[in-house]
Amino acid sequence: MSKQYETVIGLEVHVELATKTKIFCGCSTEFGGAPNSHTCPVCTGMPGSLPVLNKQVVEYALAVGLALHCSINQYCKFDRKNYFYPDNPQNYQISQLYLPICHDGWVEIETGAGKKKVGIHEIHMEEDAGKLIHDEWEDCSLVDYNRSGVPLIEIVSEPDMRSADEVIAYLEKLRLIIQYLGASDCKLQEGSMRADVNLSVREAGTKEMGTRTEMKNLNSFKAIARAVEGERNRQIELLEEGKKVIQETRRWDDNKEASHAMRSKEDAQDYRYFPDPDLVPVVISDEWIARVKAQQPELQAEKMERYQREYQLPEYDAGILTASKHLADVFEETVKLCGRPKEVSNWLMTDAMRLLKEHEKEPEDLSFSPENLAKLIGLVEDHVINRTVARNIFEAIFAENVDPKQYVEEKGLKVVSDEGALRQVIQEILDKNPQSVADYKAGKQKAMGFVVGQTMRAMKGKADPAVVNQLVKGILEAEI
Amino acid sequence: MRSILELTALELGRRIKKKEIGVEEAAKTALAQMRVLEPELNCYVTVDERMVLDQAQKVQKKIDDGELTGPLAGVPAAIKDNLCIEGLPATCSSRILENFMPSYTAEAVVRLLDGGAVILGKTNMDEFAMGSTTETSAFGATKNPWNPEHVPGGSSGGSCGAVAANECFYALGSDTGGSIRQPSSFCGVTGIKPTYGTVSRYGLIAYGSSLDQIGPVGKNVEDCTAVLELISSYDKKDSTSIARRDYDFTSALVDDVRGMRIGIPKDYLGAGLDGQVKEAILKAAGVLEKKGALVEEFDLSLTEYAIPAYYVIASAEASSNLSRFDGVKYGFRAKEYEGLHNMYKRSRSEGFGPEVKRRIMLGSFVLSSGYYDAYYLKALKTKALIKQAFDRAFKHFDVILGPTAPSTAPKLGQSLCDPLKMYLGDIYTISVNLAGLPAMSVPCGKDSQGLPIGVQLIGDCFQEKNIIRAGYAYECSRSYEQPELAVRGAERDQTMYGETGTPKGSMAMENKWTEESEGAGGMGEAAYAAAKRGAGIRITASPDGTGTGGAA
Repeated sequence: MSKQYETVIGLEVHVELATKTKIFCGCSTEFGGAPNSHTCPVCTGMPGSLPVLNKQVVEYALAVGLALHCSINQYCKFDRKNYFYPDNPQNYQISQLYLPICHDGWVEIETGAGKKKVGIHEIHMEEDAGKLIHDEWEDCSLVDYNRSGVPLIEIVSEPDMRSADEVIAYLEKLRLIIQYLGASDCKLQEGSMRADVNLSVREAGTKEMGTRTEMKNLNSFKAIARAVEGERNRQIELLEEGKKVIQETRRWDDNKEASHAMRSKEDAQDYRYFPDPDLVPVVISDEWIARVKAQQPELQAEKMERYQREYQLPEYDAGILTASKHLADVFEETVKLCGRPKEVSNWLMTDAMRLLKEHEKEPEDLSFSPENLAKLIGLVEDHVINRTVARNIFEAIFAENVDPKQYVEEKGLKVVSDEGALRQVIQEILDKNPQSVADYKAGKQKAMGFVVGQTMRAMKGKADPAVVNQLVKGILEAEI
Repeated sequence: MRSILELTALELGRRIKKKEIGVEEAAKTALAQMRVLEPELNCYVTVDERMVLDQAQKVQKKIDDGELTGPLAGVPAAIKDNLCIEGLPATCSSRILENFMPSYTAEAVVRLLDGGAVILGKTNMDEFAMGSTTETSAFGATKNPWNPEHVPGGSSGGSCGAVAANECFYALGSDTGGSIRQPSSFCGVTGIKPTYGTVSRYGLIAYGSSLDQIGPVGKNVEDCTAVLELISSYDKKDSTSIARRDYDFTSALVDDVRGMRIGIPKDYLGAGLDGQVKEAILKAAGVLEKKGALVEEFDLSLTEYAIPAYYVIASAEASSNLSRFDGVKYGFRAKEYEGLHNMYKRSRSEGFGPEVKRRIMLGSFVLSSGYYDAYYLKALKTKALIKQAFDRAFKHFDVILGPTAPSTAPKLGQSLCDPLKMYLGDIYTISVNLAGLPAMSVPCGKDSQGLPIGVQLIGDCFQEKNIIRAGYAYECSRSYEQPELAVRGAERDQTMYGETGTPKGSMAMENKWTEESEGAGGMGEAAYAAAKRGAGIRITASPDGTGTGGAA
């Protein structure tokens, strides 16, 4: 490949909002439930039914828009997007085209290459569709309208990203902000966050945009990263062969690590958007915006700053702890119970992160209660257990959320601090290892370490290493 | 003594209250009238006799127990077939909905039922309310009770015909471009189209959502006003519903128009208006003037733009509103098809009639990319300008008076062959919907053929009381005329009922309706069972809070 290429990427991210009820009716948004059990005449598109907007949807959309530095359309409207498909009971989706609630914002991302701002073109509110279930045995398709009418926001970025790294950083930043706001849980696997990637390539240095494609069906960050690389390479290959990139929508198959064309621009439907006459314009007052701003919870940057100031944590610790809203919540609740922020931070940053990595989990998956971590820290502090035992107990807390106090009792893990008993064990070891005594006498300090280690082993870790150290030293010194 | 059928709704309500007439008796009398006249007129699409009588007994009991005390308690009514009633098919007179059984009842009908109405059945209409003659119904045309060779007007032709023929005591219709007023005019009855947002549209199967309003049809202004008062409400289930301060419309039933300023648009009296209609309208204006109103002609302007703007907006909304009728979830599905898109295509091609297809195509066209600005957006701007023209007029006038329609009812088959001409017939009614105003049509005489003429009274937004006062004062100067055929039916009715009020004849009503409506029925056992299941699903406000700081 002789030429240098630049990749240009813009994202369309759909986020399911955490409202209790649907966007235009009173049905539950809860996941699961028997097919069509969370439905009514409105979300099944029955003749004569009418939509009424759920105010909480506007609140969440506003909160996200403000956090992404967007301008707010204080007079916004809903439009109908007309297309025929059975997952959509009315055969139109209520969305926003002409006057979306938020526009022209930005979000700052950080990658190995440094910091940069990614522009937000717009955010609009819309309703989700139902789910089609294809029954191959019966040769028919069934529709479940439980998801029909679940509120979504679509966040459309500017084409400001240049690499898979930037795309992932952008998505992680969006997810973090939205989770901090409580507007969504943003789970890619469950579909509460979905991203479509618009990508084009151009020769480095040129200003003109190349022809772009849109990639759908991306269910994880890894799939997105692979799809970006795959599509970039596919387009460059086409250009190198002197062929043209066709403007089309493609579907990513992560198992094959390849995509195939779904429809080209020529097949693109005319959605015949027009303002929905069943809904009135949404007028957002200055007071409303001010109130949402005032209610905005602390976001990551503020939290990070506070952790350093209030808990005297290093910037590095504060950064990792706040990189997940859930992790930060666990941290703060634990500190509230037992103090010692640096100690709490160490447990979370070293042991918890190591175990998450081993189990291929995300910080959001931490499921133990802060009470148990606080108790564990208390036990170590009170010298009831030593650190080695504590780390084993933490694994049990991580896996099964055990109560460490009970666990220590049941397993008999308390530190043995009876000096007499310890002395006896040490003497037995010294008797069995006369060479060590000789070595120590000859000035080999290492010999002492060996004896301490043997003692700890004999005590099955339940001895306080500091006490053992002191005793061994005392006995050896006495031998001299 | 007059036959029960000749009573107005309020007169009947009073006599039911005094126990002079039983609710069941009133309902049976109306059913008997239907038996006689329906084979000729075809005003109804669905009637479930057992359901009617069952309901009549329940209402009677509630009246006896003192639970129902309203002025219309026990009075039998007819409902246009685009309003949902649980347990009765709602077809919109379209094949595509022939099997559709709603799971809930429209808010306006719920309010009627709460007031003690006995629902006689669902009335015929132009398919999906698209038409001005009730000839586009998939279940056959309705005939005008004044002369069955003529159309009753439309789209609420079934409701207006049923009132004129004494086949009910009042009815609900819907008005998107004149669909209550024009057939009221053609059938010699009174009909009101309220200010947009006054009556909840929840449960009204939409045609043009931004223009549709439900309203009453009755024998006189008094009846219509009482019904309007009953069905008007602020409804959280309809975002376009408006919380009004005044729902006491009947307080405007005063025979006094002294000092009322009435304007007659010169644009409404020009070319295209039938001479006899013009004469009758001006005579009606003269009556009001004599009673002390100040009548003056003026230039309204923009009248000629109303029709194109209306057909663009209404068709655009209809093309989207009617897309849900696709054979997937309910209603008609083509028997043979290959794959999903072919199923859509065939079901919709076979299920919709030509006028509906014409408007869906027109609406899809004006919304398509590249044409949106030139047609749809321009029509919205025209709509705003028309509203402004009315705003200017209502600075000078309390009521605008004019014809409801340019002519009296045409003969059957005359209009459909020239749709453009049919569209032009809506010229005086359409701008009222575009501006969201209240208006009513009141009978004001007949032409040389003996066909009724209606005078239209238009008020400013939320000023129903002005048109009610003007209409009532005019009505007080004359008496209600009913078609000969309606009286003839009532006379025959005497022979059909014995002393006990049980029907002597045994015309098989259910069979008749089922045949006429090509299966719109199934209203025998199934509907009855469904109706007995009790209240259907009603949407409650979202616990997250409903409504926004929006303005309509």
